[in-house]
Amino acid sequence: MSEKIIEVRNVSKSFKHVQALSNIDLDVNRGEVVFIFGPSGGGKSTLLRCINRLETVDEGEIVVDGIRVTDAKPDLDSLRAEVGMVFQLFNLFPHLTVVNNITLAQELIRKRDRQEAYEIATNLLKRVGLPEKADAFPDQLSGGQKQRVAIARALAMNPKIMLFDEPTSALDAEMIREVLDVMMLLAQEGMTMVVVSHEMGFAKAASDRMVFLADGKLVEEGPTDQLYAHPKEARTKAFFDQILY
Amino acid sequence: MSVSNPINSKKRKEPGIMPISTRLKILPWWALFLLFLGVLLIYAIINRENYRDAFDFIAPGLQVTLTASVIAFTIALVVGLIMGMGRISSNPITYNIATFYVEVVRGIPMIVIIIYVAFVLVPLVVQGANSLGNLILETSWLAFIEGLGSKLSTMDITQIDPLVRAISGLAFGYGAYEAEVFRAGIQSIERGQMEAARSLGMSYFQAMRHVILPQAIRVILPPLGNDLIAMLKDSSLISVLAVRDLTQLGKLNRSRTFRTFETWNTVTYLYLSMTLLGSMGVKILERRLQSGEAITTSINNVFRQLRQSLSRKQVID
Repeated sequence: MSEKIIEVRNVSKSFKHVQALSNIDLDVNRGEVVFIFGPSGGGKSTLLRCINRLETVDEGEIVVDGIRVTDAKPDLDSLRAEVGMVFQLFNLFPHLTVVNNITLAQELIRKRDRQEAYEIATNLLKRVGLPEKADAFPDQLSGGQKQRVAIARALAMNPKIMLFDEPTSALDAEMIREVLDVMMLLAQEGMTMVVVSHEMGFAKAASDRMVFLADGKLVEEGPTDQLYAHPKEARTKAFFDQILY
Repeated sequence: MSVSNPINSKKRKEPGIMPISTRLKILPWWALFLLFLGVLLIYAIINRENYRDAFDFIAPGLQVTLTASVIAFTIALVVGLIMGMGRISSNPITYNIATFYVEVVRGIPMIVIIIYVAFVLVPLVVQGANSLGNLILETSWLAFIEGLGSKLSTMDITQIDPLVRAISGLAFGYGAYEAEVFRAGIQSIERGQMEAARSLGMSYFQAMRHVILPQAIRVILPPLGNDLIAMLKDSSLISVLAVRDLTQLGKLNRSRTFRTFETWNTVTYLYLSMTLLGSMGVKILERRLQSGEAITTSINNVFRQLRQSLSRKQVID
């Protein structure tokens, strides 16, 4: 079922004197994996953070699964329950064990009891390949392990959409693969994903559409097969030349 | 952070058994000397009548000082937490009230705060209680709390014990400082933690309660410990309200016996015995928190270690 689950309409945002986003239009369909890439400071993370209202927009409209994110007082509880986010720096809760990181929001917001939340947590840990780490603390984990726990934590809330803000950018090279593998599994299971990243290999393997953002403007977007092999805009071509060695 | 003896850092790097010359340099001479003076004083208290007399008269003040400090500090912590959260609030009303309180109270000397609370604010509260009581009595549909109403309307300033006023003053004054400690502690927790919590759907207060504050407490405990010791010392100011704490009893003993040496040596010794113990406790707590121990375990272990060190008469560096 092809239905728009995220609609971004003419969104602009500036930070003091810097125009972070200019007139961005973007649609994401249910079950789609959208890969957003571009040079640093291009507005990719900002756009992602506007979708779950970690940032507010100056102009334009964002609708997520029927919820008007850009309203003055949107239904934040519903919004954030539907949208899971994975951060570049993981942001695991250091004072809680891995399993408690995953059960906390479940108990507080989904109102699940301890038993149920615990079961869901352990199942998710199996899915991301870390069943033995349930009672470890975040500072005992490697970067790749932390990020996989972060993904499990977000998934525990059964979101409809998963946002990834440069999930592998802070990882050592050998740990990137394990995280991308988990993300790949998610994509194959049909999760709607918006991924901001530099991992072009992942884009090619897992994404349905690619979006190139530079200087706050949407330069080009299109189906992955087309855009990856034959970018239309010169700017896009130049970027590919730079990053693909 | 405890300031370690600079002599230690040079010598400890050498392997093998420490030569005696080094061991002599490392010893905490200041603490041993202090301990020696303390022993002298205990001897004096046991054997000299003037000292024993002074001690018997002054020592009951310990209880007043300790009680006042602990109760006032507990209230100051509650006030501090509320005002601290107000200081980082995005709501202009709570922010301004909190900032007004913190800026004003921190700008006034503690002795003036105690006097101000005792002779201006507490009377105002009593007047307010009187008005509230009268209002209750005059309003017919509030007849069911008539008893409370009449008690409030006839409340009199002389009914408020000076100790209560003193504790209020200390709590009011220290609340402002604790507010800043809480604020700084909360702000020291990186933004990403709040963002992650909110992204999972937690409300601001849920995030504070389950994610931010538990982490902030680890940062906040050592400064709070130091402030408690500071309050033990500042509690001496309540003597201006004639509350019979250590300092006041010292003053009274001096005017009673004219024995200044005995009086003030005893008072000083009693304050030091509290504050030094407290400082040791805070240093131990800091060290344990740094090594990543859980907070409740740390606090329990502090008491255990203090008890051990006191029974062996060692002084922990």
